Amino acid sequence: MALLEHGARRRLRRDRAVRLFFFAVALASTGTLGAIVLFLFREGLPIFEKVSVKDFLFGLYWYPTDDPADFGIFPLIVASVAVTGVSACLSIPLGLFTALYLAEVASPRLRRWFKPIVELMASLPSVVIGFFGMVIVAPFLQELLDIPTGLNLFNASLMLAFMSVPTICSISEDAIYSVPRELKEASLALGATRWETIRRVLLPASLSGITTAVILGMARAIGETMVVLMVAGGAAMVPRSLFDPVRPMPASIAAEMAEAPFRGDHYHALFATGIVLFLFTLLFNLAADQISHRYKQVGAATL
Amino acid sequence: MKKTMLGLSIFAAATLLFGGAAFGGNIVIKGSTTVLPIAQKTAEAYMQQNPSVRISISGGGSGNGIKALIDGSCDIADSSRFIKQKEVKLAVERGRYPVPFAVAYDSIVPVVHPSNPMVNVTLAQLKDIYEGKIRNWKEIGGPDRPVVVVSRDTSSGTYEVWREKVLKKKRVFPGALLQASNGAVLQAVAKNKNAIGYVGLGYLNDTVKALMINGVTGSEETTLNGTFPISRPLFMFTAGWPQGETLRFINFVIHPQKGQQYVREAGFVPLY
Repeated sequence: MALLEHGARRRLRRDRAVRLFFFAVALASTGTLGAIVLFLFREGLPIFEKVSVKDFLFGLYWYPTDDPADFGIFPLIVASVAVTGVSACLSIPLGLFTALYLAEVASPRLRRWFKPIVELMASLPSVVIGFFGMVIVAPFLQELLDIPTGLNLFNASLMLAFMSVPTICSISEDAIYSVPRELKEASLALGATRWETIRRVLLPASLSGITTAVILGMARAIGETMVVLMVAGGAAMVPRSLFDPVRPMPASIAAEMAEAPFRGDHYHALFATGIVLFLFTLLFNLAADQISHRYKQVGAATL
Repeated sequence: MKKTMLGLSIFAAATLLFGGAAFGGNIVIKGSTTVLPIAQKTAEAYMQQNPSVRISISGGGSGNGIKALIDGSCDIADSSRFIKQKEVKLAVERGRYPVPFAVAYDSIVPVVHPSNPMVNVTLAQLKDIYEGKIRNWKEIGGPDRPVVVVSRDTSSGTYEVWREKVLKKKRVFPGALLQASNGAVLQAVAKNKNAIGYVGLGYLNDTVKALMINGVTGSEETTLNGTFPISRPLFMFTAGWPQGETLRFINFVIHPQKGQQYVREAGFVPLY
């Protein structure tokens, strides 16, 4: 009796220790993240003593090392938004249709092969994609379209689309595949064709999953650094055409941070650019979270 | 100010720690990021030959290096420009007489795609190209093709020379493609028949074609005899005539068979 009690107490103690351990680990990882955000704001905010928020966000000129310097990141913001938007226009249809093919059209055997391959695409290092865009795609685009330079908005968007297709495809395929079978069967039994079933039943039922996939894919594109640094051309101007060179925010930060004098204006301005970028990705992730929670399809009742 | 205090205290701590043990002593080098690769390569080689010597190197820019020299928080200040009169005055007030040593030359050459028939440009044409006033090669006697201007990121030392010598302190127009390194400029120019860029002399290779400026070819020879217009000497400054280990290190850096070979390795023009 006493022995049993002793054993039980020991197990309880161990249980508590394990719980404490996991709590500490969780605290450490969220704490680190919190510290990074804090640091980001602490290093970025001092620039607003020199430049007003309005001039910083909407200033048209980015000449951080001139005397007097201009810290206007509007061209950089436009570049980031444009590159992400154009890449979404390319990657959403590609990713979604591939997902539909895999979930509905392809034979199970093909699916077993094909899906890991698509997911492997996500593991291509971004520097490799950037190099491909710089050395192969840029000269090709330039010759083909007879444009001044192949390092431009379109090329960068194309490369970013390559990077977000696997994300979009893989997550939306999961969503489509997990639509309850009864729904599909009921639709087919009522005489709907396969296409009608996909369009009227499967897509609406998996909409929240697909939207999440799209937003996560776009979040990946807007924060991506290496590709835009290598391929976008790096001109800090508001683009007038799809084939103008641009300078997205991450490229600017990566290219200039190493040389910016520690705690100088340029350094603070780069961190402030980082804050803007952080707010963008935060917004994307919050939206994805919101949508996946609110519009979750539970069973068949709400369709 | 905080930083210099920190630097001072680290220096003091380092002196306390190693001062007694090391026979050779310490050298603290600060300043220009342009000179940094030269300082690093020569210091590595020097420390390998003299294991008892410790050399600590940090960047921060020419101005900060000279400031540190005046403060006495470094032994050698790297600088990509000559010391200003104001700085000399401040240094002398503190009883320190800055002594310059030219350690290398930095020479920047404009490059175009090998298929571009242009061979020569004038400094004024280069200025107009980089200010965005000349937009087509035919305006300066080239083929009817748009000019794609490739420049360096604004914090690079190479850009600094270009801005000073070519742009005369004016701004590069916003449509220029900014690349992060000499290598990236070479890539961008080699792959684009419309492009013009610039790289340090040491980075030139067959994938691009170097242009003459005002009829002068960029080379080590024209840099050293002063006829090539886009070049500047790089300096190391000491407070007073150097002594002890600092003197030995400076001698090593400017020695033709020792330090100067690393200058070429770092992409700069050696003194001899």
